[in-house]
Amino acid sequence: MKQKHLKAIRLFLSIFFLVALAAIFLDFRESIPVSWVHQIHGLQFIPSVINFTVIASVSAAGFLIVLVLTLLFGRVYCSMLCPLGALQDVFTFFSRKFSIKKRFKYSLPRNFLRYGFLVLSLASLLFGSLFTLYLLDPYSNFGRILSDLGRPVVISLNNLLAGQFEKMNWFFLYKFDYKGFEWKEALFPLVMLAVLLWLSLLHGRLFCNTVCPAGTFLGLVSRGSLFRIKMDKVSCTQCGKCSAVCKSSCIDIKKMDIDVSRCVDCYNCLKVCPSVSVGYKNAFANKVAGKTESSKREFLSKSVIFILALAGISRKTTAQGGIGDALIPVQKKHPVSPPGSVSLAHFNIHCTACHLCVTACPSQVLQPSFLEYGFTGMLQPHLDFSVGFCEYECTKCGEVCPTGAILPLTLEDKKLTQMGKVNFIIRNCVVYTDETSCGSCAEHCPTQAVRMVPYKEGLTIPETHPSTCIGCGACEHVCPAKPNKAIYVDGNPVHKVAREPEFEKMEEFKSEEFPF
Amino acid sequence: MKRRDFLRKAVSLGALSGAAMTLGNYRGLFAHETNNYALPYDMVAIKGGEPDVMFDKAIASLGGMKQFIKPNQTVVLKPNIGWDTPPERAANTNPVLVGRIVEHCKMAGAKAVYVFDNTCNEWTRCYKNSGIEDAVKKAGGIMVPGNSESYYHPVTIRNGKILKNAKVHEKILESDVFINIPILKTHDGAKLTISMKNLMGVVWDRSYWHANDLQQCIADFATFKKPALNIVDAYRVMKRNGPRGVSVADVISLKYQIISTDMVAADAAATKLLSLQPVQVKHIGLAEALGVGTANLDKLNIHRISL
Repeated sequence: MKQKHLKAIRLFLSIFFLVALAAIFLDFRESIPVSWVHQIHGLQFIPSVINFTVIASVSAAGFLIVLVLTLLFGRVYCSMLCPLGALQDVFTFFSRKFSIKKRFKYSLPRNFLRYGFLVLSLASLLFGSLFTLYLLDPYSNFGRILSDLGRPVVISLNNLLAGQFEKMNWFFLYKFDYKGFEWKEALFPLVMLAVLLWLSLLHGRLFCNTVCPAGTFLGLVSRGSLFRIKMDKVSCTQCGKCSAVCKSSCIDIKKMDIDVSRCVDCYNCLKVCPSVSVGYKNAFANKVAGKTESSKREFLSKSVIFILALAGISRKTTAQGGIGDALIPVQKKHPVSPPGSVSLAHFNIHCTACHLCVTACPSQVLQPSFLEYGFTGMLQPHLDFSVGFCEYECTKCGEVCPTGAILPLTLEDKKLTQMGKVNFIIRNCVVYTDETSCGSCAEHCPTQAVRMVPYKEGLTIPETHPSTCIGCGACEHVCPAKPNKAIYVDGNPVHKVAREPEFEKMEEFKSEEFPF
Repeated sequence: MKRRDFLRKAVSLGALSGAAMTLGNYRGLFAHETNNYALPYDMVAIKGGEPDVMFDKAIASLGGMKQFIKPNQTVVLKPNIGWDTPPERAANTNPVLVGRIVEHCKMAGAKAVYVFDNTCNEWTRCYKNSGIEDAVKKAGGIMVPGNSESYYHPVTIRNGKILKNAKVHEKILESDVFINIPILKTHDGAKLTISMKNLMGVVWDRSYWHANDLQQCIADFATFKKPALNIVDAYRVMKRNGPRGVSVADVISLKYQIISTDMVAADAAATKLLSLQPVQVKHIGLAEALGVGTANLDKLNIHRISL
């Protein structure tokens, strides 16, 4: 029967999306064109929903396609498009290969947990934050695991190989100076990866059917799907082969019934059924009521305690350390959100912290935040000027953002988008403390919002013009003052338009013929 | 039979070790740091032409690139590629000039010509948008990355007053011939950036220089290694807002080029092109005091060419 080929199609699509999405999250060399990036993540459910709330256009309507597919065929999203689902399938594959878990068996749905997590994921919206949603969203978790944990590994391998090739004068690979890794920011993806490994090695798709808000939501939608996998009660011999390969544990052999809300349409059962009794059938023949289940509140309460415990770890300081004369501490009022993120409010309510912009940012200034945006903005990227500064000629983050949290800007607009404003503490400045030349800040300023003006005895000292400052942070990044910076950028809670830098016309310069 | 075997082995072993010497970079073991070329002039200053044409004429008057490069030597070029800006902004060395210099090196028999800079903006963008990557590759040179600390190795600067240690790019340390190709620009910290300031791009930690008397550190590092040749690009010159500049309005057209083995002399001459005096650029005097070169241009035999 033809339905047996469905598994091959599912495998092909899931491997394609797994590889393609992994590639965009690991692409530290900007080698994948932005237009491809959008096509690859356009069908991701939760990012697409959020993006639609921002730009409401056809290009952001990937989630509608997913909904239509779900209403027709059930949760095909979970097995074919979702990268986190595919990643778990890889784990499950190895689990079966190495006999960690050979057979699955039917279990009751954990309704309290799955609807609890669905409600919880939406709960933080009441406080103007996507926090709980993006902690659970499969796409963003996949992104964080790849960008925060996978990318450093890939970069290390790249650097190892590049070192060897460079000895032979081949420079097509080059070493990448990775500056991003911070344990406290890598902790969440690390814990998530451990949980996923545990669940998928021992319980198949339990994450997708209890924790994942997209899975639970699509499970609700799939209850109305037109076609669904069903068992033919006449021809079925109750041999149990289908149930043994069911990662979702949703095939009840005794009742010859399949729980459509948990079936992820992996089609493993179609492949193994000897009597061809399982397969897609029209849904509305006979219905079976769902079951309630025993609660596992302990797990839930423990996770909440863990998340709260994270808050206890200390906040990042803006001091750069070392010994020096710059004794006045820098006190920033607001974090700096990426160019195109409109305002902190817009950014915090639309960013799912998938960290695609963190991967894409060529200067690595975009880093996962810890508590810079407050507890409910944890992991959302911010500009960390201790790592780098925002490249003046670059609009990459807005180009790749899947949710519209960072809106795409033209280069012209970007160059006038004021993310923050410069502040100068003269008593920390090298020119003031040491009375020697420096000029590092003004040197790097793309708009001369920081410029050097005459000081003592042929020295020059910085002067700031905040109205033309765009908040790129180049001045702060390169300021050599220690232990505190002499110049820093404080974020604008609402991004503004900077004044265009203006200069008088230069007077005619006539060099004499060979003036030496 | 036995004697023949012995001879055969002896000869092949000798040949092998000889081959190993040429393949490996052991030349440094025997080489001396002497730049005492027998040159007809101390300095060549040329004006009024395109960058490549000016270089052709100027280098010919010094006896050609073969004065500086022996066949099969490796060469490293250090242009200024600090910024992600196009050539007309004059923040980076003119790509046409860099490309032409690579060609001359190849014609003189250079085995490999490496080009790099430790850039300020993201390096792949600087290499590309400066036009230098294209020009170098077209001319047969090799663009080498300078973006990772692992390329830089610790050295001692024996004659440095403040800067005693630095990490220097391996191509500067390994290559047989080092050619410095700065562009003349105004500079917020150092007043002007020319030959000596350009060498800041061969070290890893620039922030130390800024924090510890920038002008003295520039002079100190100039004592570390004398480039075989300094070729100052003053074709387009950033007259204000340097070294990055804000727009093309900061740039004037001078159409000069200055070539010298003496960094101090080259910088003094270039300073005068902008109607400034060498004393106004503090590191020139400081370097002269350390014996790097002379800023007294009257004592030098300067060849002036007008096109």
